[in-house]
Amino acid sequence: MSADPHYTLYHPRWYRRRVSVWWWLRKRSYARFVLRELTSVFVAFFAVIYLWQLWAVVQGPDAYARFLARLRTPLFLALDAVAFLFVLFHAVTWFNLTPKAMVVRLRGTRVPDAVIIGLNYAAWLVLSGMVAFVLLRA
Amino acid sequence: MQRITPLLWLLFSAGGTVAALLFPIHLLFTGIAIPAGWLEAPSHETLHRLMTHPVVALYLLVLIPLPLFHWAHRFRYPLYDGLQLKHLTALIAVLCYGAALLGTVTTAYLLWSIR
Repeated sequence: MSADPHYTLYHPRWYRRRVSVWWWLRKRSYARFVLRELTSVFVAFFAVIYLWQLWAVVQGPDAYARFLARLRTPLFLALDAVAFLFVLFHAVTWFNLTPKAMVVRLRGTRVPDAVIIGLNYAAWLVLSGMVAFVLLRA
Repeated sequence: MQRITPLLWLLFSAGGTVAALLFPIHLLFTGIAIPAGWLEAPSHETLHRLMTHPVVALYLLVLIPLPLFHWAHRFRYPLYDGLQLKHLTALIAVLCYGAALLGTVTTAYLLWSIR
């Protein structure tokens, strides 16, 4: 691909149809795929918010108060609400995919997909409860 | 690049799991419930005390960097295929993983400086 192609008179160029940048909107399953990959943007968005909070706490009470005030603005509330929906979409699609990425065998038989998915949701519930407990008590 | 691909995939999948299990609840608290006024924000003193605890520091060192690497790995595909930037593969990879690395170093530095 690095060398410049040479075109002759009778072989002008390879025919390649241009595909629109919006190809993924044509079919539901394509759109789901792209939306699923885009959940990562909101995952990163929240990781940065948490990093920002850490930075603000290190800076001191004033910076922390400014951080809290910034998150109260309509812009950030809206962004966080959208991010929450995308992060939920990520969690659900991720849990449902686990049995395909990880096959677990127990005494020679394959553990059913539903059990692995169920364990994921159970872990989600327990961990969310633990985090909520710590954050509410703090 | 070829040799570190398994490591990058491991970071992607570990980060995806961390984000799936822990981000919804943290986002609900920090991003929605507290700014909306449903819950009172923890005081600076409380958070500072929490963050100086070694277990919490370790937790944050998992909670922030791994999902960043998850993003770095996954976000490349909508760029390659969605926006048809396949010819910029190397540049996109450097920018994405570089940003994740920067976030990791910053997290570690902040946690180290707060001790």
